[in-house]
Amino acid sequence: MSSQENPEENLPAQHGTAHGAVSVADEKHPFADPGLPPHEHRVQDIDERAAKRSERTVALLFTVSMLATVGFIASYVTIDIDQSAYIWPIGHISALNFALGCTLGLALFCIGAGAVHWARTLMSDEELVDERHPIEAPPEVKTKVMADFAQGAKESALGRRKLIRTTMFGALALFPLSGVVLLRDLGPLPGTVLRHTGWRKGKLLVNMNTNEPLRASDVTVGSLTFAKPEGLEEHDHDFQTQIAKDALMIIRIQPDDIKDKRELEWSHEGIVAYSKICTHVGCPISLYEQQTHHALCPCHQSTFDLADGARVIFGPAGHALPQLRIGVNDEGYLEALGDFEEPVGPAFWERG
Amino acid sequence: MKKLSARRRHPLAALVVLLIALVASGGLYAAFAPAEKAAADETAQSLAIDEGKKLYAVGCASCHGPSAQGTSDGPPLVGVGAAAVDFQVGTGRMPAQQPGAQVPRKKVIYTQAQIDQLAAFVASLGAGPSVPTEEQYDPTGADLGKGGELFRTNCGQCHAASGKGGALSEGKYAPTLEDVSPKHIYEAMQTGPQNMPSFPDTVMTEKNKKDIIAYLHAVNSDDTVEPGGLNLGGLGPVSEGLFGWVFGLGALIAVAVWVAARTAKAKKS
Repeated sequence: MSSQENPEENLPAQHGTAHGAVSVADEKHPFADPGLPPHEHRVQDIDERAAKRSERTVALLFTVSMLATVGFIASYVTIDIDQSAYIWPIGHISALNFALGCTLGLALFCIGAGAVHWARTLMSDEELVDERHPIEAPPEVKTKVMADFAQGAKESALGRRKLIRTTMFGALALFPLSGVVLLRDLGPLPGTVLRHTGWRKGKLLVNMNTNEPLRASDVTVGSLTFAKPEGLEEHDHDFQTQIAKDALMIIRIQPDDIKDKRELEWSHEGIVAYSKICTHVGCPISLYEQQTHHALCPCHQSTFDLADGARVIFGPAGHALPQLRIGVNDEGYLEALGDFEEPVGPAFWERG
Repeated sequence: MKKLSARRRHPLAALVVLLIALVASGGLYAAFAPAEKAAADETAQSLAIDEGKKLYAVGCASCHGPSAQGTSDGPPLVGVGAAAVDFQVGTGRMPAQQPGAQVPRKKVIYTQAQIDQLAAFVASLGAGPSVPTEEQYDPTGADLGKGGELFRTNCGQCHAASGKGGALSEGKYAPTLEDVSPKHIYEAMQTGPQNMPSFPDTVMTEKNKKDIIAYLHAVNSDDTVEPGGLNLGGLGPVSEGLFGWVFGLGALIAVAVWVAARTAKAKKS
């Protein structure tokens, strides 16, 4: 920038052509050390006015940072959290978030830019040579450490008093067992919880949308409905634990299109109830394609054919989706005819 | 008869005759006029069906068959209802450009009047959901919070939590719900176009549908306030992470290279 104002004759004379340790090649060191290239000066090193200008630039950056911090605090205090602003090209966004982000970003950026400019233009940039030290300790330190250790071992009499040594090892070896015992308190064993759900014979299927029991006539071919067992309410303290196992997908397929004999038998006139929990790692799976009857899991793309016993046709799932056997009670409502025959959700060690 | 003729000069005779005449003519009008109006309605309806049939024969029959019984290239249209036609043709999906995994939304080529005629023809083939009235899908006063809950339960698995859409299997996808009119959203839920399952009124009430439409308008329209700024497509952590790694880190590296490349020396080498 200012190089044109300072012709090269203004530069101080160079001290030789190279500096630092310079050596020539000999038998022990086959490569010559060329040393460092001659030091070159910056405009700020030669021209005091340029140095002043750099100083003012750095000070300006730091001042802008201070103002931005004040702006951050001011926006935090004055802007209402619900206020929105139109910022092109982002659109309608929260005015508070926008102001906080801009001021905080500016404050941090100016500190960084000021520090970089300061270091590059004003701090000394003379190249220095600092020789590496050997990593190994000096021989006298090594001898002293070894002697101290031998004396300590002798004074502790660990080698001579075998009883102490043996009991000490015993105590140290047994101590971690207390921690192992504490692990028992991590929780009760699951028992058979994973094998059962909230479905029982005679429990009505309740529509998740309306919280009303589903009638067989409500479910049309090609539709998708989600159901929970009667009696399970969203405000129950264990709702999430229960629905994680009980959630159902209710679909209706033309009975002629159902390929699996057991599926047809367990359905009611083509109304099929499948567990909504993927058998891979338990994601809720309900990306149902009504023409192909495929259900896709969004987590790892396991695909189940709901017209063929929900067998796995793609992806990492290891089991078909469990089907709930359903029927219709005297009043025309859909009801469960028992619990799932197999555990719902992902496989576990003892599932078999 | 004698009695009647004897009283024909009674002062009230004229009044009685007038009354009888009025009742008779009024009664006759009441008996015939509505029938004529109904007949006129029926004529308009059958005219629309006729017109629709002509449009159908030109634009649809090659895939759906001359009597809408379906072919290997297109499903039967008997019983799909007027709502399905209004959705498919009204969003430009039908007539389809080419067979494939999924028919995309494109420019609408029929006028609304022609769409109504096509819908009337298809509705005449078998009972199905009719085109909803504005009262059914107008989201004014609906429950936004409930709509969000219903959307996440029923729709979010495919269309993503804010209706931006997502991929399905073998080239199929759930399209974005941005700029889809309330009527078409309602019809899609009602009829289940292509691979989308349907959500009939029996399992998702009209009020539920209104709540969902209101929620979509709140999160997915030009007036939507995005508190976080750029939503990067609203696709979640993947697009945000990609943006951070590519553009955020890229900018830092570019600045570092720029700072190091510019020499501070007076004599440029």
